[in-house]
Amino acid sequence: MSEEQKDDGLISVFIDDEEVRCKPGTNLVDLVASVGQEIPHYCYHPKLSVSGNCRMCLIELGMPGRDRATGEPMLNEDGTPKIMFFPNPAIACGTKAGPGMHVRTKSEMVKKCREGVMEFLLINHPLDCPICDQAGECKLQEFATDYGKGYSRFVEQKVVKPKRTVLGPRVMLDDERCVLCSRCIRFSKEIANDDVLGFVDRGSYSTLTCYPGKQLENNYSLNTVDICPVGALTSRDFRFKMRVWFLKETPSICTESSVGVNTLVASREGKIYRITPRRNDDVNDTWMPDSGRMLYKEVEADNRLSEGGNIEQVPAYLESDKLAYVGSAKASVEELYLLNRLSRATKSVANYVVGRTQEGDELLISNDVNPNTRGALSVGFIESLPGAELSELGAKIDSGDVDTLVVYNEDLTAAGISVEQLAKVKIVYFGTASNATSEAAELVIPTQSVFEKEGTFINQQFRLQKFLEATPGPAGVAEDLVSFSRLLNHIEPDTGKLETAEAVWSELSKEVSMFDGITFGGLSPEGVQLDGSAFKHLPFCEGKTLHYEPAVETVEAEA
Amino acid sequence: MAIKKIERKPLTLAEKSYLPQIASGLKITLKNIFRPTVTLQYPEERPEIPEGYRGVPTLVKDPNGREKCVSCQLCEFVCPPKAIRITPGELDEESENAHVEKGPKEFEVNMLRCIYCGFCQEVCPEEAIWLQDTFSVSGYTREELVYKKDKLYELGGTLPDDHHKWDKKKAAENSGNPH
Repeated sequence: MSEEQKDDGLISVFIDDEEVRCKPGTNLVDLVASVGQEIPHYCYHPKLSVSGNCRMCLIELGMPGRDRATGEPMLNEDGTPKIMFFPNPAIACGTKAGPGMHVRTKSEMVKKCREGVMEFLLINHPLDCPICDQAGECKLQEFATDYGKGYSRFVEQKVVKPKRTVLGPRVMLDDERCVLCSRCIRFSKEIANDDVLGFVDRGSYSTLTCYPGKQLENNYSLNTVDICPVGALTSRDFRFKMRVWFLKETPSICTESSVGVNTLVASREGKIYRITPRRNDDVNDTWMPDSGRMLYKEVEADNRLSEGGNIEQVPAYLESDKLAYVGSAKASVEELYLLNRLSRATKSVANYVVGRTQEGDELLISNDVNPNTRGALSVGFIESLPGAELSELGAKIDSGDVDTLVVYNEDLTAAGISVEQLAKVKIVYFGTASNATSEAAELVIPTQSVFEKEGTFINQQFRLQKFLEATPGPAGVAEDLVSFSRLLNHIEPDTGKLETAEAVWSELSKEVSMFDGITFGGLSPEGVQLDGSAFKHLPFCEGKTLHYEPAVETVEAEA
Repeated sequence: MAIKKIERKPLTLAEKSYLPQIASGLKITLKNIFRPTVTLQYPEERPEIPEGYRGVPTLVKDPNGREKCVSCQLCEFVCPPKAIRITPGELDEESENAHVEKGPKEFEVNMLRCIYCGFCQEVCPEEAIWLQDTFSVSGYTREELVYKKDKLYELGGTLPDDHHKWDKKKAAENSGNPH
């Protein structure tokens, strides 16, 4: 066999007689998917262990034959190697690619296997697709159209199992729909480290259940809903809210922490219904925390700002020579860049960003609450890591060195500035939500939330990732980049229009060496890894998370 | 384009007199006088609506009085003029129909938009929406012509359900697990 292994370390596998080159040991389900075909499966998940219990991925497997007596390769009459197919089918998910392997995914036997498995799976399935939230993204529905009979030969009464079982604060279980794939069990055990789910009883009475006295309540519980191939596990937040075929999915980035989880924001007619993870093998695999999925509620929160001043009123404030800017590491790279340009063009005393830390969970929530701390550093808005308290700014307000503040989406009272200090200065507040700072502000300009605009964040790995506009902002709210660009044009009329992320990037890629050659349109959905070595000396607060190891220097600096 | 001139033939004496034309016209009139009338004195007289006629879409209840719609929103999806708007909701766990789990919180059919195509009836997996024989829709305001759930049930009434799907489901649940 070794002669088949060539220099690149790849081997040849034949899928339906088509040669495919792959790494030895590639899972057959993934391998077939990589050539644009599909082996139907329920229990297999690329990020979980293989359990091989759904039997849907049965295929025919064969190897080139060898004569038992002589060990010589067996040949067909035309001289090609004779392929000896195993008499019984094998599960593709439990098979790893080996050199010379032949796979039949479309033969009559394979088709019959799948039809048989489908018929068994549908015996006890309630077929309540009209009320099931999974309808439209249900694997059972999809494969039933491919391999289903269309009618049932089962005349006996279906097994009755518990319905509307509350598994935890966010997850609901309908046991009748369950196909016993055990993905949720494996996820809870292997990824979430919260081994609370399991099967009880045997045969067709097998029932998914939670350990007595426990709940599926870890912060990753909704991932079980995502990976459930049928509608057994449903999200209590999304349950019965909207059918999935109405939803438009927009790629976005979660702003919960500096991990930068890739997400899909599902909306219909400008209203967001749910957020689900988007696969990125370098960042979040296929997972995301439950807490990040609820962030869309901020869009329609009661304290959302939608009315305020006009951008034309801002330049009067920028004329002060005791001006300071408080940006936000929750703002996008583009906004921070324009804010920095604005700060340079006006007589700014200093720029500040409010740092926020927390205890991460070592999985997909990092210690840095701000999603774009590295973005603020990269565009030069700040030089060093932001502190949680703006004591320096407070001192400058008290001493009278600062009399005007431009605040972007931060509540300064939460960062150590007292209401009395805020009363001493004129404040121009750009923000999505009202708070103590917006109430103290002379001019409030409502802005868009992350779901209503496009831009980029730089996560803890120095990976530049973009998010797109999922829904239009509230009526009357100007686009942030347009606002900043107009202010900049007012002060520096020679500056071109930088009203879109694309336009900002045409400048950014020239100005910042780290961003060399990057365009907004050309940025792939998975993002691009930047060279963050210029900031190696900074003691970033992040610890280990799923695909991130803190640099050694950082750990020492913390210690 | 070239113009082709056609010579008009001079009228014959019979044509000039108009008498044959009047006679043939009278013949048709006389023939129809003795035929049965087909005109209806609308609106006092109403036509008989044939089966399968596509009039106003309505929601129906099953013989137990359960609303058949489970708000799957397929009609909303298929509706070409986007006349249907459903707000799905969960049925009260205390209610008699709790085993159905889902039902429409609100169901609107905008009759100003409806084109009576019948796709909603065709696509409905629960046979809950039917185009019935009402064909004249009128109202004083636009809002009035957006039919709400109660109006749709009032128009729809009860239609027999041959499948008793949900009754069977409930019976199975009550009999429990044979295990």
